Amino acid sequence: MTFDIILSGVGGQGVLSLSAIIAWSAMREGLHVKQSEVHGMSQRGGAVLANLRLADHEVASDLIPQGRASLVLSMEPLESLRYLRFLSPSGAVITSLNPVVNIPDYPDLDELVGHIRRLPRVILLDSERLARKAGSARASNMVIAGAASCLLPLKVETMEHFISTRFAAKGDPVVRQNLDAFHAGREAAAA
Amino acid sequence: MADLVVLGDEAVALGAVHAGITAAYAYPGTPSTEILEYLRVHAARHGAPLASWTANEKTAYEAALGVAFAGRRALVAMKHVGLNVAADPFMNSALVDLHGGLVVAVADDPGMHSSQNEQDSRYYADFARVICLEPANAQEAYEMTREAFDLSERFRVPVVVRLVTRLAHSRGVITAAPPRDENPVRKPASPVSWILLPAHARRQWRALLDRQQAVRAYTAASRHNVLSLDDRELGVVTAGIGRNYYLENLDDLGFVPSHLHIGAYPVPAEAVRLLAGHVRRLLVIEDGYPYVERRLRGLIPPAVEIRGRESGHLPPDGELNPDLVRNALGLASRPGVELPGFVLPNRPPQLCQGCPHCDMFQAITRALDGYAESVVMSDIGCYTLGALPPYNAIESCVCMGASVGMAKGAADAGIHPVVAVIGDSTFLHSGFTPLMDAVAANTDMTLVILDNEVVAMTGGQPTLLPSSRIEPLLRGLGVDPDHLHVVQAHPRQVDAIADLIRRELEHRGLSVVIGVRECLETAKTKKQKIPEAVQV
Ligand code: SF4
Repeated sequence: MTFDIILSGVGGQGVLSLSAIIAWSAMREGLHVKQSEVHGMSQRGGAVLANLRLADHEVASDLIPQGRASLVLSMEPLESLRYLRFLSPSGAVITSLNPVVNIPDYPDLDELVGHIRRLPRVILLDSERLARKAGSARASNMVIAGAASCLLPLKVETMEHFISTRFAAKGDPVVRQNLDAFHAGREAAAA
Repeated sequence: MADLVVLGDEAVALGAVHAGITAAYAYPGTPSTEILEYLRVHAARHGAPLASWTANEKTAYEAALGVAFAGRRALVAMKHVGLNVAADPFMNSALVDLHGGLVVAVADDPGMHSSQNEQDSRYYADFARVICLEPANAQEAYEMTREAFDLSERFRVPVVVRLVTRLAHSRGVITAAPPRDENPVRKPASPVSWILLPAHARRQWRALLDRQQAVRAYTAASRHNVLSLDDRELGVVTAGIGRNYYLENLDDLGFVPSHLHIGAYPVPAEAVRLLAGHVRRLLVIEDGYPYVERRLRGLIPPAVEIRGRESGHLPPDGELNPDLVRNALGLASRPGVELPGFVLPNRPPQLCQGCPHCDMFQAITRALDGYAESVVMSDIGCYTLGALPPYNAIESCVCMGASVGMAKGAADAGIHPVVAVIGDSTFLHSGFTPLMDAVAANTDMTLVILDNEVVAMTGGQPTLLPSSRIEPLLRGLGVDPDHLHVVQAHPRQVDAIADLIRRELEHRGLSVVIGVRECLETAKTKKQKIPEAVQV
């Protein structure tokens, strides 16, 4: 079994934390994991990409080959389309609908969403609204993680456990908010 | 010991700790920064080793060399272009008789994710006639760094551990081994080998050349160089992470090529000859320059065809990836998903909204308005992004500190007005020395120091000196106090700063304007926390 994930977004959106939830949970469940991250210049508001590879055998390449990814997880709608060549024709895209408009030629949002909907398997989420409803506007990436949990080869409890541990130091209310955001994403994706 | 999940950089750091280093030094630079960041967190928790940011890579290297002189072990870490800055001590330290281990971890950046070139540090190791180890994953990064210290003491040379971005910033699991103790302080029995007067240096150089045979015997037997003879047609030579991309595609090939993997340099010549004698065609898969490929050309009969980055069967530039290797192996890429009819705009990195640099760029642009010919030299840091729209404010970015010297040259050549723009940390790294030239000649140029009180681009490391010391430093250097100004880089001040710069442009001599305001990112986080490896 190999489950490759492309994670995308804009620098500063928490793409690496999103990747961390999945990576740690996969390791907990005894899978082999390789996670290739972006550091440096592109983190300044540019397009960012992380490659996350889960397998039940040792993973050779840090980078995902073309056409192999089972999933594109994107924190931003435009960025969800940037790495499609890596997505397997049977793979899925899960993306936030909330745009980061920091370039002059950003496409019209309705048109952009129209293009995204043309993809064979896609889940679109208003992750900011769901995160705010859960009590923390910053937990958008938890919403995306929750949506992803429907498709990942991982137990949802493992991911919940990771979120609880990760935010434990910040107190129960923060743990609650992040778990709520996670579940909101999960429910929205299942709907 | 328990398994740990770490970045390639962090695996190097941990390997060094477990090899018993006494100290580590570095100047931040992507993709090597996390090596020292990890060590600083480790040191804060465990009280050792000493882990210091330094003024630049040269001072880092020299401090590490001093530790080695004292018989103890030291790690020095830098990005590939940092080794240019440290090249002087690096090349010369190969001649002294090291008895305390000295390891240089260099992170190359093929594909130039965050760099101005993609030079390959294996050439430097070769140039200095020292050993280079090249890991392919985090576990190897850990083990090779440990071994590098032993090799350094055994062969009395600095040892290079070469990383590439893709390994430096890839997270994987490592199993650590029990740590080794630090060396006691032990000065060299005689300092003669350390005093590189020509008479001594000739002897030391000869001794280093004589040691090459033993070094080659080591790489010939090293477990990092693995030869397996299978297919008689195709032989694959992989180096470092090139092996990962090869293995990724191996199952689809339908046969098993003969294979030599190289993780320890100098290139193991005998293994290469055995492989070449067994096959008709070689494919060399290496990230960076065609270093191995070129070495092979001198080692094997011309009847064996060599394919690689030099021959054009793999691209000569950019980062390798599994698909490029796949195609070079004769396999077609798998189809991905396409979305015809949609053109995706690029999203380049940019200065944060409200960044103090924006105010200074606005002021500079306004001050220069109306001049027929002017030049703005710039440097390495977040402010290099001032080259992009909407600012289009700078005209050069070459290497650390170059803005100052290049501005002097442009002024000497007759351009007026000339501005140099440099950040506080870059100025302390390499801008101070060329400024001395400009002070000595009272060059007609205006230096603008963007003082955001931090090394911002690499994630907010502290600058070596607090900002408040820069002005006295410049006074002491002899910058005319009438033409030395400290201003607040703030949107409300833009007009006033523009007027000030305009006046200084008209002053026919050296002026310096320091624009101060803290980086927004640093102000936000105040202190960036790098989590230590979490146990699984
Ligand atoms: S990180 Fe700091 S210095 Fe860099 S662009 Fe952002 S605010 Fe400016």
